[in-house]
Amino acid sequence: MAAWLARTGVRDWLFAYVGAVTVWLVTVVIADGFGAMQTLTAGLGFAVFYVLVATGQMFVIATGPGNIDLSIPATVTLGAGVAMSVMAGSDAMIVPGFLAAIATGIAVGSFNYALIRALRIPPIIATLSSSFVVQSTAIWYGRGLSIKPPDALQDFTFARVLDVPVMTLVAVLFTMAMAVVLRRTVYGRSVLAIGQNPKAAHLAGVDVERTRWVTYTLSAALAGFTGALFAGFSGGVSLDMGAQFLLASIAVVVIGGTSVAGGRANLPGLWGAALFLFLLVTMLNAAGVGSGVRQLLTGVLIIAVITAAGGEQRGR
Amino acid sequence: MTALVELGGLEKRYEAVRALDGVDLSVAAGEVLGLVGHNGAGKSTLINVLAGTVVPDAGRIEVRGEDLTRGYDVTTATDRGIRCVFQELSLCPNLTAAENTRIVHRSIRGHGWHERARALIMATLDAVFPGHGIRPDRRIGDLSIGRRQMVEIARAFTETETPVRLVILDEPTSSLDSTAAEQLLAYVRRRQADGVATILISHLLGEILSAADRVVVMRDGKVVADRAASTLARDALVGLMGHVAQQPGAAAGRRRLDAAKVLDGPGPGGRHRLELRRGEVVGLAGLAGHGQTAALLAIYDRPRAFAAEAALAFVAGDRQADGVFPLWSIRDNIAVRSFAALRRHGLLDEGGVSELAETWRQRIGIRTPDVRNPILSLSGGNQQKVLFARALASAATIILMDDPMRGVDVGTKSEVYALIRQEATAGRSFLWYTTELDELVHCDRVYVFREDEIVAHLEQDEITERAVLQASFRADTEAVA
Repeated sequence: MAAWLARTGVRDWLFAYVGAVTVWLVTVVIADGFGAMQTLTAGLGFAVFYVLVATGQMFVIATGPGNIDLSIPATVTLGAGVAMSVMAGSDAMIVPGFLAAIATGIAVGSFNYALIRALRIPPIIATLSSSFVVQSTAIWYGRGLSIKPPDALQDFTFARVLDVPVMTLVAVLFTMAMAVVLRRTVYGRSVLAIGQNPKAAHLAGVDVERTRWVTYTLSAALAGFTGALFAGFSGGVSLDMGAQFLLASIAVVVIGGTSVAGGRANLPGLWGAALFLFLLVTMLNAAGVGSGVRQLLTGVLIIAVITAAGGEQRGR
Repeated sequence: MTALVELGGLEKRYEAVRALDGVDLSVAAGEVLGLVGHNGAGKSTLINVLAGTVVPDAGRIEVRGEDLTRGYDVTTATDRGIRCVFQELSLCPNLTAAENTRIVHRSIRGHGWHERARALIMATLDAVFPGHGIRPDRRIGDLSIGRRQMVEIARAFTETETPVRLVILDEPTSSLDSTAAEQLLAYVRRRQADGVATILISHLLGEILSAADRVVVMRDGKVVADRAASTLARDALVGLMGHVAQQPGAAAGRRRLDAAKVLDGPGPGGRHRLELRRGEVVGLAGLAGHGQTAALLAIYDRPRAFAAEAALAFVAGDRQADGVFPLWSIRDNIAVRSFAALRRHGLLDEGGVSELAETWRQRIGIRTPDVRNPILSLSGGNQQKVLFARALASAATIILMDDPMRGVDVGTKSEVYALIRQEATAGRSFLWYTTELDELVHCDRVYVFREDEIVAHLEQDEITERAVLQASFRADTEAVA
């Protein structure tokens, strides 16, 4: 059993689901059984946004130590603004709006990569500084702030089938596709190879720089797309709408069992971790804990997970 | 007279390699000892044992008549006045010469330490390299490589609590100009009067013969000669380093001069062109670290500069740093170079990947019951076979090999030699950097590197250990560039 868990990689992400289920059960007990299904439904809906940004962040982190995308929050905000102004409340413009948000992300991702490659700035500094540029652009652009999302988009984000948000089902299909990309495409394998040893990857014929560019661009494109979707879900754009995605994108990746040392990643864990994070917040709210303590616990949790994962790697 | 240092029966193994195979060595106070040998002869291991950075498997270490074998380490060595200047500089580039000096002298402390450290290193620099022109407040990283080396050497001669008794200089003149090199050797001889002994390692045999009192020659982890320098000439020394029996060109008679060139470009240094023909196995020889790996990487990264049309594959020699993907299975480690070719409808064909890995497991004899096992479950030699399989399983027809047989057992070696020959006959071309003289008999031609240049081009019938050694070690009569 243990060998099977290790070999299939299930061990990497099982922990996140165990955590999510535990937290949900505790919440149900605290609330005397009230709203158990509602909490889960809300979690499944909200998890979509966490999972989408975390998917991009996961590919970035998997390319090895030092790789991280801190521009996600700003890109979410800018993507939302661009999408809302293109859509201009019209159902017919929903698809162009999403395409514009993705294009915005591609531009941001390419800019991030250019900073890292051409100016040899460490990714953490490059993406952080570019996030200021992107956030300032979002403020300056300003449009979309007062625009309501198209009705069809809003309806879509709240549509459900048997208590499961339709948006969630679509996102699950998307992450399954990304799991195939990670495991079965040359690009996905290149990411994992670079994450283990960039020099060996280069000498084994992997196009290291192209893979890095695609990865940073993918992350920002997903952030832009998420911004558009989140604007539809929350009824419009606000300038700080991306802020929550900074910690969330990293926490979901790490708790989901992706190695911060690079070279090991999985997609199922993102859903477990996203649900876990949302339900944890719900549980703490139900228990009447303040937001300061919530943040503290989230931080402690990330450290605990990294320590546990790191300990296991040392022993290997 | 008691020897300053007395080493007896030292043994050290690395996997299959006997780096030290029963070495006895004694150094007297005030003696300059030259230590020579080709790559892998055991020189580095020997001086690392003396410096306390390598613990021998067996043997005895005595300093000034005191048995220190048990628990001998760097601190023991430095406390007894044994100093080491390694080939790779060990100064911190972000600190000044004075600060780097303080690091090795714990007694320089308290108020005014900076001034005292500066005075100490400057006095030694002035004594060793008069007119050196080094400012002690410059960061090491801002100095030229030659001046960095001067600081490194001078620091080894600085004294505070313990007097310097033995200084080991590993290729000390490699980045010094000829004036500084002469100054250093003159200083070493002056310090003999104070009883300071020196062990000198150099690929400049003239330097060894003129500076040393005694020369020790190592080969295959053993001391094969120990003679007064005055009784030796350069040719005799070269002869001692190689094996006695030597027949050139085991691969004789199969070279095709008419085969098409697959690589053709200016060789490093510009004196010789670097060429590789279809079906050829060409060796890159010379002492380790004289530019062979850099030449291979230059070809790999800019194949157009060498008119390469065909795909290239690289076989790394430093498995952990450049070769293995530690999280992956043997299967994926073999197939990674071929992933792009193993796609079906844009996705990796898992069956094809397994088939490829299984084919090569059998062909190259990787000792594992299942290619899905982790790569790290294999021994070093078998991991190396995986790296060979990775290159040979790919479509690449030009194979660059970066000293791939390091630390590989004899059995694996002979299997791989046969495979290389077989693949060359089938039309693949190999450029093979090797630090082992024995391996050159498997080559059709050899380029010898020295100081980042190709200094000799040996045709098949000229490949002898002697010829390679002659080219690898510079004679002093040759002009210094």
